[in-house]
Amino acid sequence: MKILVAVKRVVDYNVKVRVKSDGSDVDIANVKMSMNPFDEIAVEEAIRLQEAGIATEIILVSLGVKACQDILRTGLAMGGDRAILVETDEEIQPLSAAKLLKAVVEKEQPKMVILGKQAIDDDANQTGQMLAALLGWGQATFASKVTVAGEQATVIREIDGGLETIAVKLPVVVTADLRLNEPRYVKLPNIMKAKKKPLDVLTPADLGVNLTKNLVTLKVQEPPVRKAGVKVADVQSLVDKLKNEAKVI
Amino acid sequence: MSYHAPTQDMLFVINELAGLSELNAFEEYAEITPDVVESILEEAGKFATDILDPINHSGDKEGNQFANNAVTTATGFKEAYAQFAEAGWTGVASSPDYGGQGLPSLVSTAVAEIWKSANMAFSLCPMLTQGAIEALMHHCSDESIRSVYLPKMIEGTWTGTMNLTEPSAGSDLSAVRSKAVPEGDHYRLYGQKIFITWGEHDVAENIIHLVLARLPDAPEGVKGISLFVVPKFLVNADGSLGARNDAYCVSIEHKLGINASPTAVIAFGDNEGALGYMVGEPNQGLKYMFTMMNHARLAVGLEGVAISERAYQRALAYAKDRIQGVEIGSRTGQKVAIIKHPDVRRMLLTMKSVTEATRAVAYYGAALLDKAGHEPDDAVRAEAQSQVDLLIPVVKGWCTEMGVELTSLGIQVHGGMGYIEETGAAQHFRDARIATIYEGTTGIQANDLVGRKVGLDKGVAAQALFVKIKATLADLETVHGDDFAVIRQGLSTGLEALTTATAWIVQQYAEKNPQAANASSVAYLRLFGYVVGGWQMARAAFIAQQKLQQSSGNHAFFEAKIISTRFYADYMLSQAAGLSHAVTQGSVAILAMSDELF
Ligand SMILES: Cc1cc2nc3c(=O)[nH]c(=O)nc-3n(C[C@H](O)[C@H](O)[C@H](O)COP(=O)(O)OP(=O)(O)OC[C@H]3O[C@@H](n4cnc5c(N)ncnc54)[C@H](O)[C@@H]3O)c2cc1C
Repeated sequence: MKILVAVKRVVDYNVKVRVKSDGSDVDIANVKMSMNPFDEIAVEEAIRLQEAGIATEIILVSLGVKACQDILRTGLAMGGDRAILVETDEEIQPLSAAKLLKAVVEKEQPKMVILGKQAIDDDANQTGQMLAALLGWGQATFASKVTVAGEQATVIREIDGGLETIAVKLPVVVTADLRLNEPRYVKLPNIMKAKKKPLDVLTPADLGVNLTKNLVTLKVQEPPVRKAGVKVADVQSLVDKLKNEAKVI
Repeated sequence: MSYHAPTQDMLFVINELAGLSELNAFEEYAEITPDVVESILEEAGKFATDILDPINHSGDKEGNQFANNAVTTATGFKEAYAQFAEAGWTGVASSPDYGGQGLPSLVSTAVAEIWKSANMAFSLCPMLTQGAIEALMHHCSDESIRSVYLPKMIEGTWTGTMNLTEPSAGSDLSAVRSKAVPEGDHYRLYGQKIFITWGEHDVAENIIHLVLARLPDAPEGVKGISLFVVPKFLVNADGSLGARNDAYCVSIEHKLGINASPTAVIAFGDNEGALGYMVGEPNQGLKYMFTMMNHARLAVGLEGVAISERAYQRALAYAKDRIQGVEIGSRTGQKVAIIKHPDVRRMLLTMKSVTEATRAVAYYGAALLDKAGHEPDDAVRAEAQSQVDLLIPVVKGWCTEMGVELTSLGIQVHGGMGYIEETGAAQHFRDARIATIYEGTTGIQANDLVGRKVGLDKGVAAQALFVKIKATLADLETVHGDDFAVIRQGLSTGLEALTTATAWIVQQYAEKNPQAANASSVAYLRLFGYVVGGWQMARAAFIAQQKLQQSSGNHAFFEAKIISTRFYADYMLSQAAGLSHAVTQGSVAILAMSDELF
């Protein structure tokens, strides 16, 4: 079966972003960009399914500016077979991303789509769920283990307070959680090979999708600075503070 | 504070200063385009940050354990090495015919910088292996050895060493005494080698020693040394391992730095004699070493760059974090991070600008090596060879001396905490210290520079270099503004000082007065380094200016490059005149002081 993996280009997780002075957004001019870490996990999972003889082809898809080709090449060096970039300079909100992916899915007919559970830039955690809804497929979100047998996938999900095991029929949308796997390091020879793998560029118009904006950002602020702690004199005053100031007991 | 590969500056130097596109014109490098190089450096950076950097400090603290002729490396090194080999990094520079990736020196140099920054002690293992690979690749004609040893070493299953030094043969290898006695199709080796980097360890299944030794009938001195390959475990024809060879590590050294790198004393032939095979022809050992010297010295020179970069990143992070004092001139009484103090900025800028300059010179040298190996046109190739021969002692000597000074500054930025091992700043200083010693001390590099490369050459290669510097000066004249006036002035007085000093060196050789040239050699090497570094920085600033005008790329990076260059001109190039004085005048006192007067 074919597996489609969606990968997003985001600010590298090591970068400390700063808010623009006008509060309209964070400033990402000239900062280092990388593949969303959850998407790396998604790519790794697809490769493992291929190594296990379950997946036959891995197609990587990214949505956004031309430079997304860089992360697609990284995914190809990890082990993806070919890549598609839906190129646009417009902002892509979760619903638009889901619509674009749906169009690619209809074109490519994969049996499984794997995405990161969320992207570390906007932390929306919506695209996978919306895509499943638009396609009318089952969804297995926050996956920490995926096994496929025949036309069914068994997925262990990370949920509040524990793990949940579900069985879903293929085709299915899976979103990857942190513990699903540990992505491999790219091998040097594969970086060179990745350059020769096919990478197609489409536009939203090619896919017949209009990029709509349903969300408006009102304001972006730095998180409040953590206040310095205080030393308490004795247990009594600690209890007093917990009761009356923090109001936690 | 973890290490992050400075890929932006690396790519800038590779593309704009060292001229990757010129290498792309050679058929074997046509595919090594800027985007591929960027991916390679990004992935190497990721590996270094995640795997090598986290065991750098712990490896320094723990060191290696020695017992029963065997070395146990520090926690995590074995696993890291396995991952390193698995990811294909051991084969970066080697021939594709034997499983390598065949990347140009320019690119493998940048990759090596990343390993050296993240974990210098670790990086020495693949570096020495690379040296051993090159020795076999270029000088061993025995196909049964090539076809078995090379693939294993390139894939990293076996590592390599260079066994040159003996107790009485260090800088002067003509004093090598180890013996090799013929026995059928092979030799038995006897003797003791000292200071052998990664000479014994547990990270790979076999160790291939390249050993300098004398045949029984060999002439005295440099012309009587041959090169042998001596495996730790004998190798069967199919590549499987046989009996333990009579080459045993008898102790490892306690050192100032690179503590996770085992430095072995190796006894060859204490029992039946260590079985070895001759590499190439008899009595050609030192000549073979000589052909590999440019690569080896570039690799060690790079250590100065790498360790300075690491120290700078650490110092910068600390300077932004440490709150101490109020900003001078401010009345608010507000306590500030120490980066606000002008003298701390002076230290940081020194570290930044000199590190950038050394990187540019080292990479420029690496690209020259590629051109010297691949240029189809004879004259162009010879020109590249003479330029790289001239620059290599500068890369080795100057970059590593700067490494010692900049890592020392890194400690100073930390104040008292710099002296405390916990911060890691002290380790960089201790690690940097070896680089001016092995692979030929600074004194030996300087001898090579004033002797073979300038004096005996009558300054011809140096003049060819000065012509290029003048072309950059002409470029600089076309740029207006205060910054570029300072940069041009600095480079122009620097070049004048170097020209004067060069004429003096040539004159000493012409007048058969090599002692005087020798006395001035390290001052000359330093002067040479500052000016060549200033030249590369000026080129960088000039290109940065053009990019700013075209509004392409990262503005902040280009603005910083221009400021960094201006600082370099004011602080480093301004020293050129003083150094030129030391070169032309300083030998008098040095030679006047007799042994008894010391
Ligand atoms: C940690 C470490 C790792 C090493 N790894 C290896 C290795 O893997 N393989 C290997 O073979 N060797 C290795 N070495 C040895 C190293 O290359 C030598 O120590 C180095 O070349 C200097 O030789 P020496 O120690 O005998 O010093 P000496 O040659 O005794 O030098 C002492 C001083 O005299 C100066 N001097 C000597 N001769 C001259 C001259 N002609 N002109 C001017 N000044 C001179 C030197 O500059 C130096 O300041 C290693 C050494 C160390 C410490």
